[in-house]
Amino acid sequence: MSDVVNLSRRLVVGRGFLSAAAVGLLAGAPALAAEGKKKSDPAAADVAILNVALGLEHEAIEAYQIGAESGLVSQGVLPVAVLFQSHHKSHRDALINAIKQMGGSPVAAKKRADYEKALGVAALKSEADVLKLAAKLELGAANAYLGVIPSFMSKDLAKVSARLAADETMHWTALAQALGQPLPQAALTFGA
Amino acid sequence: MTPRQRALHPVIWTLLLAAGLMSAFSLTPKQAGADEAAPQASSAGILARGDALRGQTAYESRCGGCHSLDADRIGPRHRGVYGRKAGSIADFDYSEALKASGVVWDAASLDRWLSGPEAFIPGQRMGFSVSDAGVRADIIAYLKQESERR
Repeated sequence: MSDVVNLSRRLVVGRGFLSAAAVGLLAGAPALAAEGKKKSDPAAADVAILNVALGLEHEAIEAYQIGAESGLVSQGVLPVAVLFQSHHKSHRDALINAIKQMGGSPVAAKKRADYEKALGVAALKSEADVLKLAAKLELGAANAYLGVIPSFMSKDLAKVSARLAADETMHWTALAQALGQPLPQAALTFGA
Repeated sequence: MTPRQRALHPVIWTLLLAAGLMSAFSLTPKQAGADEAAPQASSAGILARGDALRGQTAYESRCGGCHSLDADRIGPRHRGVYGRKAGSIADFDYSEALKASGVVWDAASLDRWLSGPEAFIPGQRMGFSVSDAGVRADIIAYLKQESERR
């Protein structure tokens, strides 16, 4: 954890990403907490989905950290990677707060070595490899967030999931453009 | 254009826009209905037409956020899933519901799972589903192919 994290903090604190995103995401949290008291099982099901999402955000944060510390990412790309990581940190913090407010226990991040193994970090040899990994994870996350929307009992959480998907889609689009990958030619390719 | 036509002009555009929006959003209930009927509609024929090559792309974009073939991530590793008993990877933290389900993953059970995990095994943890029967068939074909490459 290094300059990347420090820069990330400056981005987050200096530009207010964290507070703006967290406040927005958690706008419905008191209502959700009340809902949780009325319907314990549906709320528990929503908490379970949120915890899966939290696991996904933990992984994304660590993936960007690994990429940033790999020495493979150029100075031109690094600030964008750090910005995207800061978004994922905001997602993580918002999810943790929501899970706690609903009476759940947020899952913890795994060890760095676990992520390195799971993500095949040893095979990363170039900036393009790092960007491809990031794009793959972002696309998977966008589709995951879209795919869980029908499962939420709470419409507020469904909306949060859609907003998270929008962030991940924005990340994927930027990464795909950086890699020179074509945009999807068909409409409605996400979340099908 | 007469004054009357000019006066009606924005109204007509508004009506056309409204009609367009209604047409666009009419897809939503239709799709929702199709989704609900998806498990029944996913006949053996649709599953048999699953294409592993298309399935690889679909797997990476739909499932790749949480799963890999050879590593446990947010979800368990998938190589070997076809033919495997649900919840049986020793070092993965499954829900009790999945471990106790007694399900063995084959084309039919994977199709039901991907259609709606909670409806298939209540109490499990995966909130994600794949609404398109053809995409499910492709993903299942890919998982079957990769399971045989152990």
